[in-house]
Amino acid sequence: MTDASQPDMQLETLPQERSRAMQLWGRFRDHKGGIIGAAVFLIIIIAVTIGPYIHTIDPQFLDIRSKNQGPSMLHPFGTDNLGRDMLAQVLAGGRLSLSVGMVAMALSLFLGTVVGLLSGYIKWLDGPLMRLTDLFLALPLLPLLLVIIMLFRETLRAIFGPETGIFILIVFVIGITSWMHTARIVRGDVLSIKNQEFILAAKSGGTREYNIILRHLLPNVMSSIMVSATLGIATAIITESALSFLGLGFPSDFPTWGRLLYDGANFLQITPSRVLWPGLAISLTVLSVNYMGDAFRDALDPHKVKH
Amino acid sequence: MLNYTLRRLMFAIPTLLVISFIIFALLDLAPNDPTGNLPLTIPPEVREQIRQSLGLGDPFLIRYLKWLHQFFVNEPLNILSQITGADIFESADRLRIRSWATRSPVVDLIVQRMPQTLWVVGMSYVVGILIAIPIGIISAHKQYSIFDQLGTFVSMIGFSVPTFFTGVLLIVIFSVKLHWFPSIYDTNHKVTDWSSLVFQIRQMFLPVMVLALYNTSQISRFVRASMLENLNQDYVRTARAKGVKEKTILLVHVLRNSLIPVVTVIALGVPTVFSGAIITEQIFRVNGLGQLLITSIQGGDIPVVQTLTFIFAVLIVLFNLIADVLYGVLDPRIRYD
Repeated sequence: MTDASQPDMQLETLPQERSRAMQLWGRFRDHKGGIIGAAVFLIIIIAVTIGPYIHTIDPQFLDIRSKNQGPSMLHPFGTDNLGRDMLAQVLAGGRLSLSVGMVAMALSLFLGTVVGLLSGYIKWLDGPLMRLTDLFLALPLLPLLLVIIMLFRETLRAIFGPETGIFILIVFVIGITSWMHTARIVRGDVLSIKNQEFILAAKSGGTREYNIILRHLLPNVMSSIMVSATLGIATAIITESALSFLGLGFPSDFPTWGRLLYDGANFLQITPSRVLWPGLAISLTVLSVNYMGDAFRDALDPHKVKH
Repeated sequence: MLNYTLRRLMFAIPTLLVISFIIFALLDLAPNDPTGNLPLTIPPEVREQIRQSLGLGDPFLIRYLKWLHQFFVNEPLNILSQITGADIFESADRLRIRSWATRSPVVDLIVQRMPQTLWVVGMSYVVGILIAIPIGIISAHKQYSIFDQLGTFVSMIGFSVPTFFTGVLLIVIFSVKLHWFPSIYDTNHKVTDWSSLVFQIRQMFLPVMVLALYNTSQISRFVRASMLENLNQDYVRTARAKGVKEKTILLVHVLRNSLIPVVTVIALGVPTVFSGAIITEQIFRVNGLGQLLITSIQGGDIPVVQTLTFIFAVLIVLFNLIADVLYGVLDPRIRYD
C-alpha cells in the first residue's frame, strides 16, 4: 500500500487539495458497493496478516494420518492429501497472493505514471513512447508471460532461492506487461492539465521542469492513478493465480491462492473444499477491489457530480 | 476512409516486425537446449551436429531473418499449395517449420487443433454476445430496477471471478455431484446422428458456459453504459416529444447508436478470446490451440511456441485494426482524414 499512502501525504501539504480529497471521499462514501468492497478487502487483509497468529498451525506441517479430512474444530477448512491444514495454507497463500498483487501493481503504476507523464509533458517523447505503449498493447500477454516464466524460472531460482526468485520474476513480468492503460490515462490527463494557467504561472515563476512535473502535474493526475491502482491489484492477482493455475507460477511449497486451487483441482472428488476456499478467496478479493475501483471512478467522474 | 485503412495497415507491418523480433529474441536468449531431452548416451559431437542440423549454428540475426522468410513467405505458400493442391514453386522441397517434439510441420498441428478452439471458444463468444445485448438493453431501459441491480451484480461477479474458478466450480456441481455433463471434452467424438449431436452439445456446454459468463458480463456492462449514455441525448427527447413509441426509440434509435462502440469492443475482444481459452482448455482438457501452447511451452518446443505466440500477436493487431476501421465505417461522425 505504499503507493496509496503517498498521494495522501502530498495532498495534505496543500490545503485546497485536501478539501478536494474530502470531497472525493464523500462521493466515494455514497457508493454502497464501494464501501462494502473496501470493508471486505480490509477484512481480507487483516485476516491474512493477523490470521496466522491466531490459527497457529504451520501451513507446511505434514500430518499424513489426518489427510483429506473435512472441516473440523482443529482444521476448520479441512486438510489436504498430505494432511496439511487448509486454513493455514489459505492464510499463508493470501499473504503471498496479496503481496504479489500489490508489488506488481506498484511497479506497473510506477512505469505507467512515468511513461504517461513524460509522453504527456515532453512533446518529442510523446510519439515514441505512445508507439511503445501501442506495441505493448499488441503483445499477446498470457502466452508471453508463460514463455518468460518457463524460460527464466530456473535461472532466477538459482540466483535468489526458490521463493524470492519466483516472486521477483512474477512481479516483474506482471508489472512490465500491465502499465499501458495507466500510461494512456495519465498522458490524457497531463495533456489536458498542462495548458492550464497554473502550469503557465509556475513556468513563468521559473519553476524547474521536473518540479513542475512532480509538484504540479503529479498531484493532479493522482486521482486517476488511484483508479488504475485498485484495478491493477485485481488484474495482478488474477494474472498471478492464472499463471499458478497453469502450473507456471509459485511452487507447491510456497502456494498462492492460484496454486492451492491448481493443486486442489486434482482432488476434486475427494475434497471439493480444497478448491472452494482458495477460489472464494481470489473471487472475493477481486470482486471487492473491482467494486472499490468502480466507486473511485464514479467519485472522480465529473458527470456524476450531485445535482 | 480507404486512405486511413491503408495508413493503419502500413503501421501494422512494423509493429508486427518488432513483436516478432521480441518473441524471437526472448526465446533465443533463454537458457534452453532443444537436445536436452535426448538420451544422455549421445556423445557431445553428435549432439553438436544435431544442434547444427536444427539450424542453431548461425548468428542470431541470420536465424531471425531466416525465420521471418520462413514465416511470411514459405509457410503461406505451403498453406496455399495445400489448399489448392497445386504445386507452387516446387512446394515439395520447401522448408517447413517443424515442431521439435513431434517432427511434424507446425502449421499442420495448428490446423488440427484449430477446430476445437474455434468451436468451444468461438461458440462461447457468440453465446456471450447474444446474452449480453438483451441484458444490457433491459438494464439500461429500467435503470435502478431490480433486474438492473441484479444484472449489474451478476456481471460484476462474472467479471471478477476468474474462469479457472468458475470452471472448476461448475465441474464440481454439474459433473461430480449431478452427473449432468461430462467434465472432460472428448475430441475424437464425431457427430454422426442425433444422439452423438446431443453428446457433443453436452460436452461443449460447460466450457462454453464458463467462457460465456465471462464474456457476457464484460459486454453487458458495456452495452448498458453505452445505452445509458445515448438515452440522455437530445434526439431521444425529440423522438419522445414527437410521440414515437418507447419501444421504437429503444430498439431502433438508441440501440443502433449504442451498438457502435459495442461492436468495436467485440472486435477488440476476439483475440483475448483465444488467450482466455488457454485456461479454459486446460480445465476441460480440450485439446485446442491453448493446450498446444501449454504443452509446447512445458516441453520447450520453441518453433511451436514462436509460431503460436506470433499468431496471437497477428490476431491482436488485425482485430485492433478491424475495430478502428469498423468504428469509422459505422459512425459517419468519425472522420480520420
